[in-house]
Amino acid sequence: MTALQSFRTGDTPLPDIVILTHKLARDYDMGGEVVRALRGVSLQIRKNEYVAVMGPSGSGKSTLMNLVGCLDTPTAGEYWLNGQKVSDLSDDALARIRNKEIGFVFQTFNLLPRATALHNVELPLIYAGLPARERREHAARALTSVGLGDRMDHRPNELSGGQRQRVAIARALVNAPSILLADEPTGNLDSATSAELMQVFGDLHRQGQTIVMVTHEHDIAAHAARVVTLRDGVIATDQLQAA
Amino acid sequence: MHFLEAIRLALQTIRAQKLKSVFSAIGVFIGVTFLIGAWSIVNGMNRYMTEKFAGTLVGVNTFHLRRSPNVTFDVEDSVWRAWRRRPRIKFADATAVTLGLTVPTVTAWYSEGRGSVEYNGKVAKDITLEGATERYFDIMNLKIADGRAFTPQESKAGTTVVVLGYDLAQKLFPDVNPVGHSVRIHGLPYRVIGVVERQGNLLGISLDKFVVAPALSPIQRDVNPPGVVDALIVKANSEPEMREAMDQTEAVMRSRRHLRPRQDDNFAMETSEGVLDFWKKLSRILYAVGPGLVGIALVVGGIVIMNIMLMAVAERTREIGIRKSLGARRRDILRQFLAEATALATVGASLGIVTGIALSMLLQALSPLPASVSPFSIVLGVVVGGGVGIVAGVYPASRAARLDPIAALRQE
Ligand SMILES: Nc1ncnc2c1ncn2[C@@H]1O[C@H](COP(=O)(O)OP(=O)(O)OP(=O)(O)O)[C@@H](O)[C@H]1O
Ligand SMILES: [Mg+2]
Repeated sequence: MTALQSFRTGDTPLPDIVILTHKLARDYDMGGEVVRALRGVSLQIRKNEYVAVMGPSGSGKSTLMNLVGCLDTPTAGEYWLNGQKVSDLSDDALARIRNKEIGFVFQTFNLLPRATALHNVELPLIYAGLPARERREHAARALTSVGLGDRMDHRPNELSGGQRQRVAIARALVNAPSILLADEPTGNLDSATSAELMQVFGDLHRQGQTIVMVTHEHDIAAHAARVVTLRDGVIATDQLQAA
Repeated sequence: MHFLEAIRLALQTIRAQKLKSVFSAIGVFIGVTFLIGAWSIVNGMNRYMTEKFAGTLVGVNTFHLRRSPNVTFDVEDSVWRAWRRRPRIKFADATAVTLGLTVPTVTAWYSEGRGSVEYNGKVAKDITLEGATERYFDIMNLKIADGRAFTPQESKAGTTVVVLGYDLAQKLFPDVNPVGHSVRIHGLPYRVIGVVERQGNLLGISLDKFVVAPALSPIQRDVNPPGVVDALIVKANSEPEMREAMDQTEAVMRSRRHLRPRQDDNFAMETSEGVLDFWKKLSRILYAVGPGLVGIALVVGGIVIMNIMLMAVAERTREIGIRKSLGARRRDILRQFLAEATALATVGASLGIVTGIALSMLLQALSPLPASVSPFSIVLGVVVGGGVGIVAGVYPASRAARLDPIAALRQE
């Protein structure tokens, strides 16, 4: 509880904090040799913040995102999501959090290759236990909102990179998560498509979405209000910037 | 996630991954087909042997006094040569044994040879020529379909009358009732007095190509040297009485042959049990080979499925990672893969049952091997084949479902 209490003494009221990590660490055991990918990251992200995470390759950006997205388990440290201590949760409770609280957008999209765009977007709703009709309605609405209303029955290989990433975003947002995590979402896109995607992120942010995004590119990071820089598994800088 | 949802998902996946699905169903299919097929052969042989073979060849509570066993298995050359050197059973031996039996029995003489039978220019070749006494028909349970068997008087007098087997009667007399007509056996005329009911076949050999004439009729020259019978058939009312009759027979024969106590019998008494003994030896091999074959089929099927699953496992592991990252619980993943594997195993097993049964029927129709599908083998086939299919499908998935989503996503 120490991290939480110490935070309580700060100037921000607790309910506003979406992500709170305390000395979060992740080691990879490579057959005897231990790679310390993350070495104690303490980070707070408030509701409706738009954060870009930068840093050289291998600095631990993806590792941090995966931990924050509950896709990976930390070696040490603590992590609270919406005031709930994640490291204490059972497997099923974690699945619920991934389903309801987190929308994750990967650099490589991670769509099911044989499923249609609509079915891909339906997936989180299936695991949320929604009946089929409602699912289809929700998923269709999410696809329409990212401009893919006329591509619902296409499979990923019938879509462009930008369109695939939009499907992934629709899927990430379909359950109205409290945070949108994106690990190099523009990494596989050309600059025009990247700009469009940043438009989508900007709109989402204005609608109240909390966003954390990893990027290598400064012009992409420029869209965010706050830039966190990692170096060798620790936070090097953490700065607000003018929009 | 609902169970129906899991099934729907499974069907979608199966449709999407047709080739993989077909192969894993084939794995189960091969296993189940072989299990049912192989089992039905062994099972059919076994039933056949115990119910028909032994009874047909020897008869119930019946033994045959012979020079040497008629039905043998794996006899060494030296033993066989010793048997050939034994004295034959003489008419006088048979008579003496019959007189020496005090337990209630029915006895008949029996000798057989091969030859042709002729009627009106038509010749039936390779017919079993049997010389027997009148009780032979009762003892061997040969029912007369038409006419009659021969009388004790005819038997004793060696009258030239004959009873025909069903196939032979059909062949020589396709249009007319043979009773009353005269056939020629090795040139001599015999009057047909009856036709025996159809006996069917034994291991593919017709049991209806024979003639039976009185043992003392001229047919005796066609079947054996003068004064010799192949067998004295003795039927008792019960198993213990049969044993007693065998003891008495042995005593009479030993004294007639002047055998000293140390000397072995130089004759044989064959019972249906003895014949079954032969079968048991054979079936022991079949039962050893049968499950082996089945095991091989299942292992092959299992390997096929495992390989397909492993081939697909990288892709499926990614899929599992994606699903888990979107909120699937471990049990959702397991349910999905279980439904998928079960559906495939069910298809494979159903086809396996149908093909296994068809195979055993085909085998029965095309070969002399009898086959009989046992319900147990179907159950076993489905349980084992389906089980292998399901385990092969679910096991890799259950391992992947235990990974952190990111670990599953990273697998190539
Ligand atoms: N599964 C893994 N096993 C072993 N080491 C790993 C694993 N994943 C990451 N690492 C190591 O951890 C460190 C941080 O990796 P991470 O992927 O977080 O970097 P990153 O900042 O996202 O880099 P990039 O910008 O190239 O994506 C690296 O040294 C990497 O080699
Ligand atoms: Mg990375």
